[in-house]
Order: sequence, then C-alpha cells, then structure tokens
Amino acid sequence: MIDARALSKRFQDKKRGEIRAVENVSFECQPGKIYGLLGANGAGKTTTLRMLATILEPTDGTAIINGFDVVEHPEKVRASVGFLSTATALYPRLTAQEMVEYFGRLNGLDEPTLKKRIDDIFSRLDMNTFRDRRCDKLSTGMKQKTSIARTLIHDPPVMIFDEPTTGLDVMTARTIIGFIADCRDRGKTVIFSTHIMSEVERLCDHIGIIHGGKLLEEGTLTELRAKHNEHNLEEIIVKVVGPLANAEA
Amino acid sequence: MNLHAVGVVYRKELTEWLRDRRTLISTVLVPLLAFPILISGMISLSTILIGSAKKEVPKIMIIHGEDSPGVVDALKANKEIEVVPYADNWKDQISDKQIRAAVEIPEGFQASLDKGTPQTIQIHYYEGELKSEFGAEHVEKSLKAYRDDLVKKRLEAKNLPDSLIAPFDTKQHNVAPPEKVGGSTIGSMIGYMVIILSMTGAIYPAIDLTAGEKERGTMETILSSPVSRLDLVLGKFLLVFSASLTTAILSVTSMGLSFAYMGHALSNSANTSGAGIHMNLGLTSVVAVFLMALPLSVLFSAVLMTVALFAKTYKEAQSYLTPMTFIVVIPAVASVLPGVELNPKLALIPILNTSLVCKEIITGTYHWGSIATIFASTCVYAAIAIFIAVKTFQRESVLFRS
Repeated sequence: MIDARALSKRFQDKKRGEIRAVENVSFECQPGKIYGLLGANGAGKTTTLRMLATILEPTDGTAIINGFDVVEHPEKVRASVGFLSTATALYPRLTAQEMVEYFGRLNGLDEPTLKKRIDDIFSRLDMNTFRDRRCDKLSTGMKQKTSIARTLIHDPPVMIFDEPTTGLDVMTARTIIGFIADCRDRGKTVIFSTHIMSEVERLCDHIGIIHGGKLLEEGTLTELRAKHNEHNLEEIIVKVVGPLANAEA
Repeated sequence: MNLHAVGVVYRKELTEWLRDRRTLISTVLVPLLAFPILISGMISLSTILIGSAKKEVPKIMIIHGEDSPGVVDALKANKEIEVVPYADNWKDQISDKQIRAAVEIPEGFQASLDKGTPQTIQIHYYEGELKSEFGAEHVEKSLKAYRDDLVKKRLEAKNLPDSLIAPFDTKQHNVAPPEKVGGSTIGSMIGYMVIILSMTGAIYPAIDLTAGEKERGTMETILSSPVSRLDLVLGKFLLVFSASLTTAILSVTSMGLSFAYMGHALSNSANTSGAGIHMNLGLTSVVAVFLMALPLSVLFSAVLMTVALFAKTYKEAQSYLTPMTFIVVIPAVASVLPGVELNPKLALIPILNTSLVCKEIITGTYHWGSIATIFASTCVYAAIAIFIAVKTFQRESVLFRS
C-alpha cells in the first residue's frame, strides 16, 4: 500500500526564491484500489509522484510504500514500484527485449526468471512481433507497450502513473487505461495523475484534488459528488480549486 | 556498492555505445586514422613542396653592379638561377613572387675589391616563402663560390697555402643513442597527442550518457529503477573510461606504427638518412606512455561526465565541454614548448605533468621518482573527480534542472 505522511517538497529558484511545490500532503491508497491525483499543471502532482517513486527526496515528511520508507530505503521502495510517465522514455539503441531485460537485471532477477517473465509479458501484451526491434524504430503504441513491460518485469506490488496518456492517440491511450485497470484487478496498489476526467470516472476508487502543492479535497467520486452537490467532476474541481486560483490571479 | 548492478549498467551502456556511430567515430576512427593521415600527409606535403621548390630555377634580379662585371658574370654563369633585367619595383616583384630574390651590389664594388676594402652584398628575399629562401640560398652559394675563387687566386698570386685562411676545421659528433635522437625530435608531441585523443574519446560518451539521457527522457526511467546512484554513476563512468582508454590504446598503437613507418621511409631516403633522424620508439616506451595516460583517462572521464551532467541537452553539453578542451590543450601545449622541463612543482600540475613525463619516456629517460609522483598525483585527482561525479549525480537540482 501507499501511505503518504505530510509529504513536502521545496525547491530553490535563483529568480523566484523558495518554491513550495508540495506542502504537507497525506493520503493512503490500498492494494486493489486506484487513487487518482487531479490538478492543473504545476499543482504538484508530478513532484508528489516523483517523491513516492523516490526519484525526488522529500524536504519534509515521508511515505511508506509496501512497508518501506521512501527516505530510509529508497532502493527497496523502487524495487516495489513500477513507475510510468510520459517522461520515462526508452533507450533508442536497445531493442524492446533488451530494454525490458535491462530493468529486470537491475531489479535483481536471475536469468531463468527473467526469461520466463519476459516471455509471459511479451505474450500478454502481444509484443513478440517487435521484441528484437530497436526502440527508436518502434511506433508510439509499441513504445508504450515496451514501457509497460519495463514497469511490470519485476512484478511490483505498487504502480505509479504520471499522466500516462498525455499526448497519446486514442488507441494507445486505451491500451494504457486497460493496463491500469488490469493492475488493480491483479491486486496492485495504483496511483495515477491525469487531466482527463473520463479516465478518472472510469478508473478511480479514490480521488485527491491538489492545487498549489496542497491536497485540497479527498474522497471517493460518490463522496465528492455528494459533498459538492455536483455530478460533473470537472465542475467539482472548479469549485474546489476555483476560489484559490482566482485569488492567485 | 553493488558490483553486479555496476556490471549490468556497464554492459547496457557498452551495447548502446557500440551501436552509436558518433561515438565510434570519435573513439575508434579518429585515433586510428589521425596519425597515419598526419604522418603521411606531412611526408607527402613536404616532399611535394620541397620538390617543386627545388625544381624551379629561381628568377633573380641584380641591383646596380654595372661597374662590377666580375661578380655579375659569376651570377649569370650559375645555371641554377635565372638573372632577369633590373626593374625599380623589385621589392614588389619579390612579394608578388614574380622574382625570388634580388642581389644588391654596392656601387664601386669591383674597385673596392681590387683595393682590398671590405664590402657587403645584400641579398633581398621573402622570409617564410620557401622558393624565395631557396633562391637566396642559390645566390649566396654562387657568391660564396666567387669569393672562394677570388681568395684562392689571391693566395696563389702571393704564393701562400689555402690553409692560411682555414688553419683548422670543426666537426660535430652526436653521442646520444638513435632512440633519444628520434625521441627528442618527436617525443614532445607524442604525450600531447595521446592526452588530447584520450580526452576526445571520452567527450561524446560522457555527453551521451548524461545530457543525452536527459534530452532523450531516459534519465527519469533509469532513476526509477532500484539501482543506486553510486552504481549508476560507476557503470556509466566505466563506459566513458573504456572509450577514453580505447582511444588512448588505438592512438598509441597507431602512433607507434606510423612513426615506425616514417622511420623506415626516412631511413630508406638517401636525402635524410644522413640527417640522423631515427624513429625507433620501442615497445617499452609505447607501453609506458599508455600506462601514464591511464589515470589521466580516469580524470577526464569523471570530469567530463560531471560537467556534461549540468547540461539539459546534447548541444548545451557540447558548449560546456568545448572550453574544457582548451583547458586541456594549454598545459599539453606548454609541455611542447622548448625549455619547459619536468621539476617537482610541475610534476603536480595535472595534464602538464603527464605530457612532460611522456616526453621524457619517449627519449628513454625514466626518472622513477617523478613518474611515481605524477602517477600518484593524477590518481588522487582522478579519485576526487569520481567522488564529485557521484555527488553531482545525487543532486536533484542538477538532474532535474529546468
């Protein structure tokens, strides 16, 4: 499971001084559930997810992922996490199989296990036709499948997706959405951020609305609809974020 | 540190590196071809230039000399030069390469000769212009022959022996072994070339594995894996070091073979065999130069990686590393300057020390104290550079600079 405890991240900027990217964010996400983190650009979604994936270290607070503290045991956390975002590209000069093998080996898999996992995943994702093709020669859809295979190779119990469908065509985005749902069905703990409300409505068991680095609202979709007396999720976000956004403007 | 993880990162980087045309060109092709092209180019160019300059019969103009037919006739009789009629713009003609030189005979030269009053004949030429220098040389030779003939006739007239004006002769004799003669001729540039090329070999992999990763978006991918930053840096560093090492090995080998060929070509040449140029480098010297370049390659690899990591793109990294090339070139060039010799202070200056010690090694001189100091100090600098590289890889502000 994911247990974020008062996560905060501050950056120093030469021109703007101290930037509070994330402030005191706490939430929980259980196995077999999907937590959706919603917010505008610059709200703090990516920074929060990067802290959970231990790519960034929290300035204050911490998070427990699969029983490991992100500050104390970042390497064990990363071994428990599959992280996918539009910024996690593939090595262009490796083949799809080499790419996945590389991450399998970095996760400490022995060769027989690695081979078996690759065969399973490549069959499941229908990747056998391009397994020996270099990543720079793959189509966008093939690249996304390879990225998915990369995140799955060590069978992590926790999956983190940062705007995984941004910039993708409909068919590729559907593959990703199907994959996220599949992760939940397999009992994994899933957290993802997105701008696309239909994805949230379709997938998320729990929703967190973040703005200015702060978690402003949290609950199930039903709870949020009841609280704000509004069915449309986009309108709910406007109601939650709007006053603050207007004040900032 | 997890050696298995370092090995996995290294193997992956090696696979990618071997598939990258740009790095292969800078690491393999340039060092392999640089020396043969340089050497054969130098030999061919000098042969062509000197050959054509020697083939030409230079046009020479005589200024004045109307009252001194003896010396004028002597010049005109020389078949190696062509005397052309006088023109006022002789200086321009030399500059424009219409004539190669001009001989200025002082007025009343012949009369002064007869009286025994010393006179000076000036030869005007264009310094740095090979054909003009050859022309002036021919004129000088011709005038010297005329003067010797005159002296001989005067001695004969007075019934005196030739030895009167040359009571004794001098002759130089070289005691340095041929290896040292060859080394001093070319040794100064060998260390310099190995240093420059081992850096060149490291530049592209260093950029590709740092700024290149950022630009391609694979940095975040790798940082999301369980590999520690230390193992990641060491794996990447080993690849950059391998590239630098490969360049150093290939450049030393190519250099050794090129100079061996050059030595063979020159010793077979009737014109230069007497000049004492010997190009026997010797396997020991080559291996020693290579060993001295090892810690320097480590230093280059770590420093280049660290600097390139600050860049967000390949181009930005190139703009950072280009000035670094000058930082390396300056001490390397300083070692080639005449009079710059290894001393305890210079032995601590990185790059310059290695370049200087390579110069000594090539000439067959092994000052073990200096060699140990240089090797140890460069190892210390290299270790510091690796430490800084690891620390830089742990800085979020560098990895995610926006």
